[in-house]
Formats: sequence, C-alpha cells, structure tokens
Amino acid sequence: MQEELFTSGRNLPHIDPSLEIWHWPISLYLFLGGLAAGLLFFAGLITVLGKEKDYPAAVKYASIISPIALTLGLLALFYDLTHKFYFWRLYTTIRIESPMSWGAWVLLIITPISFLWVFSYYSEIFPKWQLKYENLNKFEKFLKGNRKNMAYALIPLSIILGVYTGILLSAFNARPLWNNAILGPLFLVSGLSTGAATIILLAKTQKEKHLFGKIDLALIVLELGLIVHMLMGMYAGSEVQLEAMQLLVGGEFTMMFFGFVIILGLIAPAILEFLELRGFKIPVAVPAILVLIGGMVLRFVMVEAGQITRYLY
Amino acid sequence: MRYAMVIDTLKCVGCSDCVVACQTENDVPIGYCRDWITETVNGAYPNIELELKSERCNHCENAPCVRCCPTGASHQLDNGIVLVTGDECIGCGACIESCPYDARFQHPDGYVDKCTFCHHRLEKGQLPACVSVCPTKCMYFGDLDNPNSEVSELLKNRKYKTLAPEAGTKPQVYYLI
Repeated sequence: MQEELFTSGRNLPHIDPSLEIWHWPISLYLFLGGLAAGLLFFAGLITVLGKEKDYPAAVKYASIISPIALTLGLLALFYDLTHKFYFWRLYTTIRIESPMSWGAWVLLIITPISFLWVFSYYSEIFPKWQLKYENLNKFEKFLKGNRKNMAYALIPLSIILGVYTGILLSAFNARPLWNNAILGPLFLVSGLSTGAATIILLAKTQKEKHLFGKIDLALIVLELGLIVHMLMGMYAGSEVQLEAMQLLVGGEFTMMFFGFVIILGLIAPAILEFLELRGFKIPVAVPAILVLIGGMVLRFVMVEAGQITRYLY
Repeated sequence: MRYAMVIDTLKCVGCSDCVVACQTENDVPIGYCRDWITETVNGAYPNIELELKSERCNHCENAPCVRCCPTGASHQLDNGIVLVTGDECIGCGACIESCPYDARFQHPDGYVDKCTFCHHRLEKGQLPACVSVCPTKCMYFGDLDNPNSEVSELLKNRKYKTLAPEAGTKPQVYYLI
C-alpha cells in the first residue's frame, strides 16, 4: 500500500487536486475546428471533382457555416488564453515540434480562405442584395475564377486542421488517455462526419442528402473502428493507460462516452441513416443532429477525462 | 555543463524551509509554490516506511514542455535549465498539460511560471535559494558533466531514483534513497 500527501500545502489553482487548465472553450473549439475542417474538405472535394452544380449545399450553403465556426472557435481559444495580448507571439516563430504552432499557422491560412470561399458565392447565395461597390463585384468575379485553386488548397489544409485537433491532445505524453496515435485520425474522421451531417441538414435535393448520407454512414463505421482500436491499444498499454481507460470503461465518463458518443452519437444515427437509404421514411435531420451532438460530446469527454489522467509517482 | 539537483530523502525532515525560501526569493504570489514537500507512506502498520522529499520542476533533459510550447517561450539553456520567457508566453496551457510532474502553474499575471533552479542566483555564483537554506543540508546542487562535482560523486556512491522515469523525460532532480 502506498499513500502520498502534499504536506507543504501545495494547492496550485487549476492544478491540484486534478488538472483543470483546459475548460469548455477548448472542447468547443476542437468540435468547431473539426466541423469546419469537414465542411471545407467536402466543399473543396466536390469542386475539384467538378460536381458543384449537383451538390449546391456542400459547396455553397454549408460553407457559410465554416467561417462562422472558425471565428467562434478562434474566439473561444483566445478567451482561454491567460496571457491574451501576447497571442501574436504565435506568429513570430514556427515550432515544428509543437502541434499547437502548426495549428495556429494553418488557422491563419484557412480562416481567410473560408471567408473568401463564401464571398465567391455571394451573388448566388444572396441574389437580392447586390453589392454597391464596383471593386467588390470585381473581387467576387476574381474569386469565382479562382475557386478551383482555392479548392486545391482547401483539401490538404482542411485535413491538417482536422488531424491537428486530435494531435494537439495526443502530443502530451503526461496525459495517458490522450497519448495515443489514434486520436488524430479519430478526430479527423469525427470532424468529416459532423461536416457531412451539416451538409445533410442543409441539402435540399434527395440526391445530395443520399450521397452525404452514404458518406456519413461510411465515416461513422470508420469512426467506430478507430474507437475500438483506441480502446484495444489502451487495454494492451502500460499501467497508466489502463488507469486512463478505466475512466471511459466502467468509470465516471462511461455514461457520457458509451451513452452519448457511441450509442446516441454513432450507432443510432448509423442505423437511422441505413434504414433511410433503404427507403424507410425517416427525417434525415434526426441522425444528422445526433451525429453533431455525438461529435461535440466526444470532444468534451476527451478533454475533461484526459486531464484527470496522469503519471502517479 | 549540466546542472542537476540531488536530494537526500534519508536526511529530509519535511520542514518546508525550501518552500518558504523559494517563495521569498522569487516573489512567488500567495497561494502558489514552485517547490513543495511530499510525504509518502509505504506499507501497512506495523511495517511502514515514511519518505519525505522536496519536489520541483525536474529540468528534464527531454523536456515535453519545451517541445509543446507553440511560441518558444519555454526553452532550455545549454546548461540544462528549463525557463519560461514571460513576454513570449501566451498562457495557452500546453506546457502545463505536458508536464508529468505538474510543476508549472499560471501566474496571476497570465504567463506560466515554475522553478528556475534560481538561475539569477547561479549567475552570481550562489546556490539556489532552497539548497542554501536547507537546515539538514539534504539538498545538493552542481554540474553532472564534471565527474568530480559533489552531485556526480553522490550519484556514483549512493542508490538513487528519479520521479516517473517511465514518462521518458529524463528528469534531472535525483533522490537518494
């Protein structure tokens, strides 16, 4: 038996008895960043494939969400900094070893592109509101001509953004729950899945709803596979990983993880989407909203639970 | 040059003098500490063993906080000391998340703060404040690259351990056991 006490009265704010450095803004940002990555990836992909006319929600309507999500996410990140007005220090250096540095630079590039992308569709989304300035109209035309180039940039950038939201956590070897290589791909797939769900919500034609229903179904199956891999990896891991695992399997986060993420957020929407594709009359908004809630809860569970796990010495 | 600290757990009485000396020397804000004492009880009565030790930033050779810092505010000097430049720190918390020893905290002014091995005193040829006040002289400080230094000699002749070596950080605070 071993018992350890701090006797010098160590009670550091937000650190003792367990870490509470990252709060809801980080979880929210990880969700919104993943969502934006998914939306921008599909917008880019559909454009590169030359199918813009067939899938207007993916390239046009849903992409209004991505700059909003990125802006809200960035505000949440900024809100969580404790030395806020030094944030520009992120952009005085590139630290190859730090995922957060990568993320900051990718956000600096992808956020303006997401705005320009929506602006290139301005007159199609808002046909009634003409722009009054000739220069803005010219700029819109210029962007329209360069949509394909933007799409080529968006595909790799959105993948990096999606993976980075997971790698950000997995780079911390001090938190055994986060420290597994599956987290990057898992968050990317989850982000793509929430992106596809948003497109389903905004799609008007049956054809588009069905295509993204199929894509979402495939992504959900992939995500379940990755979660199984994550749990298996931890079961085969060292003692600290086994302890971390306990939080998700038979611990205080089991209800949230299995109930909200796996059952309500993945299995239920997968079944509903499958039945819908088979011809049953199910409003597609139901599985799409479940996927979005599941994606959000996944981020909250991982951020909160990860901070409880540690090396005990 | 490789600074390291060696702490004799057999001599430590857990008086917390090192904690107070650090808070005074470094103007550590009230409610915070850069070093602390832990009391570990092993075994079951009547066969119990008590271990007291003073803990702080381990100035790891493979420092995860330096690796994770997005701005380069957390950095390592050639002599192995890990420091934070307050004016470069954005307070993102990545280094706090990355530290297996939970040795860092957010200063009320926003930037991240931690033990510096009293870098400012070393420059003047003085020992770190905690080492200099220890009433039982259980703390030793010196250069591990010099095979004849006091710390090198102690590690050659005594049994020692480091904290959570399985985290892969190569900590540079050694505990004689």
